[in-house]
Amino acid sequence: MASQHGTPPVFSNKLVAWIDHRLPIFSYIEKEYHTFPMPRNVNYFWNFGAIATILLVLMIATGVVLATNYTAHVDFAFQSVERIDRDVAQGWLIRDLHMNGASFFFIAVYIHMFRGLYYGSYKAPRELLWILGVVILLLLMATAFMGYVLPWGQMSFWGATVITNLFSAIPVVGPSIVEWLWGGFAVENPTLNRFFALHYLLPFVIVGVVALHVVALHQHGSNNPLGIDPKGPQDTVPFHPYLTMKDGFGVMVFLLVFCAFVFFAPDYLGHPDNYVKADPLVTPPHIVPEWYFLPFYAILRAVPDKLGGVIAMFAAIAVLFILPWLDTSRVKSCTFRPIYKWFVFVLLIDCVILGFCGANPAEGFWVPLSQVATAYYFFHFLILLPVLGKIERPLPLPHSIADAVLKKKAG
Amino acid sequence: MRKLILASAVALAALAPVAGHAAGGDSIFPMPPVKWSFSGPFGTYDRAAAQRGFQVFKEVCTACHSLSLVAYRNLTELGLTENQVKAIAAEYQVPDLNDEGQPIERPARLSDRFKKPFANDAAAAAANQGKAPPDLSLIVKARAGGADYTYALLVGYADYAKLSAEDKAKLDKQVQKASGDPKAKFEVTKDENFNKYFPGYKISMAAPLAADKVTYVDGTKATLEQLSADVTHFLAWASEPKLEDRKRTGVRVLLFLLVLTGLMYAVKRQVWADKH
Repeated sequence: MASQHGTPPVFSNKLVAWIDHRLPIFSYIEKEYHTFPMPRNVNYFWNFGAIATILLVLMIATGVVLATNYTAHVDFAFQSVERIDRDVAQGWLIRDLHMNGASFFFIAVYIHMFRGLYYGSYKAPRELLWILGVVILLLLMATAFMGYVLPWGQMSFWGATVITNLFSAIPVVGPSIVEWLWGGFAVENPTLNRFFALHYLLPFVIVGVVALHVVALHQHGSNNPLGIDPKGPQDTVPFHPYLTMKDGFGVMVFLLVFCAFVFFAPDYLGHPDNYVKADPLVTPPHIVPEWYFLPFYAILRAVPDKLGGVIAMFAAIAVLFILPWLDTSRVKSCTFRPIYKWFVFVLLIDCVILGFCGANPAEGFWVPLSQVATAYYFFHFLILLPVLGKIERPLPLPHSIADAVLKKKAG
Repeated sequence: MRKLILASAVALAALAPVAGHAAGGDSIFPMPPVKWSFSGPFGTYDRAAAQRGFQVFKEVCTACHSLSLVAYRNLTELGLTENQVKAIAAEYQVPDLNDEGQPIERPARLSDRFKKPFANDAAAAAANQGKAPPDLSLIVKARAGGADYTYALLVGYADYAKLSAEDKAKLDKQVQKASGDPKAKFEVTKDENFNKYFPGYKISMAAPLAADKVTYVDGTKATLEQLSADVTHFLAWASEPKLEDRKRTGVRVLLFLLVLTGLMYAVKRQVWADKH
C-alpha cells in the first residue's frame, strides 16, 4: 500500500544511504511512518494507539529509574518507596508519574479498545491485530497487578493474597499452584522478589507484542470511522505530517489531563491503605483492587461459587479473543448499524456499573446488581452480537471515503 | 473536537467508580469545618502553624507515637535554623555502637530519624493495651479524608452519655445493621473512648489534646481547635514534605503544556487545512 505514495526513497545523505543499503531502517521509517497511507477520515479516537505507546515508553523509563532506588525485600520495600518520595532528588515526581501512569495507561487502552469495538476494527482482515491487542491487555494487567504489590502497603499485600488465592479454586492442583506462585506458604519475601523480577520483565514482553501489533496494523492499514477500505490515494493521507501532527495534538491534550492528576491529585486514584505498611495480621475492612480491575473484580464476586467466579472473570477476557467471530455483521462501523450502535453504549454503561459494583462491598443491592451486569456482559458478546448481525439492516455504505468526506464538507 | 470531548467524557466515566472510596469519612456527624493553607493548586505549608504543630507533637504525641520516616534534619524545612534543630536533636539519646563495638547511647544528630518512644513494636503494644500505636509519618495520607479527618478525630472526642437521644438511636441503628441483630445497642466500655469520627466511633486512644495542654512559645492561645489544627498541619507536612515542590512544578508543567497544546493545535489545523 505504501507504494501509492511514490517510489522507494533515495537518501541524499551518503552515510544514511550507506547504512540503508545494508540495514534498511531508514527505508522502513520512511515507508511505515512517513508515506504510510492513513484513511483521511480517522477521528481523534485514533490517537489512543500513539498515546498508549508513549505511556509504555514513559512507564519503562520511570520504572527503570525507580528500580535503581527500590529494595525488593519485605522489611525494606515500604521504606525504600518512601525514601524515593522524600530523599531521592525528584523521586516524588518519578514515582507519581509511574503510579498515575499505570492508571492512565489503562484509560488509554480502554478507550483504544472501545474505539475498536465501536468501529468494528477487529473484523477481517484485522482479527490477529485485535487478538494481539487482547494479549497486550492481559500482559498489562499482569504487570500492573505485580507492580501494585511492590510498595508493600496493606492493599499491595492483601490484593496479592486475594488474587493469588483465586488459583486455589482450581480442583486438585489448585493449592499446589498457589504455593508455587508464592514460593512458600503465604505471600512473603519470595513472592515480592519474583513479582519484582516479573514486573521488570513483562514490560519488555509487551514491547515485543506491541511491535507485532504494529506489524499486523501496517499490513492492511488502519480502519476508519466509515469502516470501508480506502480505494485509492484520494481516500488517504500520508502518515507524516498529517497523523504525526494530529497524534501530537492528541498526546498533548492527554498529557494535560495526566499531569493535572500527577501534580495536583497524585493519590486520588490510589487507596489510602497503601500508605500503611503491609501487616499480615491486620486485614483491611474492604480489600479493593485498583480501579482498572474493578469490573473484573465485580464479575469474580458476582458468581456465588469460587471456581465459578474465577472462570467467569477469565471468561470475561477470553470472550474478547473470539470477538471477531462472534460478530456476524458484514458491516464494520457502528455508524451504519442503527441498532447495534446503541448496544455498544449499553455495554459501556454495563462496564461502568460493574466498576461501581467492584468498588463497593459485596452486600445489599450490589450483589444482584453485579449479577445482572455480569449476565448482561456475557449476553452482549455471546448472544446479542451473533444474533443482531443476522437480523439488523445496516444503512447503505458510502461509495468511498473521499465521497463521504467531500459530501460532509458540502453539506 | 467534538469527538475529543466525547473521549474525555468516556475517560471521566471510567474514573467515576473510584470516587466512592476516595471520599473521606462516612460518620453520622457532620465534619467540623477547617481550611488548610496547603490545599488548592497553589497551596503551601504555613511554617508558623507547622512549627507550633511540631511543639504539640514533641510534647504530647511522641510519648506514644513514632515518626520513623522523618529525620531531625528535615525540621529545617519548617523554617527552624540548623542550630535550633541540632539543639532539639541533642535532647534525645539514641542507641549506637562505640568504636569498640559496645552498645552505647549518644545524643541524636541531624541525620538521625526521630527517636521512637518504645524500643520495639512488642514493647509499644505491651504498654498500650496490646496494640502498638501507629507510626504517624504517613498518617494523613494513610486515612481516607486526609488532614480533614485527622483534625476531626482530634476534636471529635465527646461524652457518649451526653449525646442527644436522636444521635444515640442512629448509632444503635448502625450497630444493628452491621451485626444483623435488631436489638443490638451501641456501647462504650471503660477501655474505649467515644469519638465522633473514628470508624466505629470507639477508639482506644484517650483524648490526647485539651485546651492549654501545651503552652505555645509564640504566645498563640492553645484552644483544642488550635492545637488540633496545628498538629495536623505538622503531620500533613510529615506525610508529604515535597508537596510544595509538587504543586510549584505542576503549575509550570501545566502552563508549558497548555502553550504547547495550543501550538500543536495550530500546526495540526494548518497541516490539515486542505484535507477537510
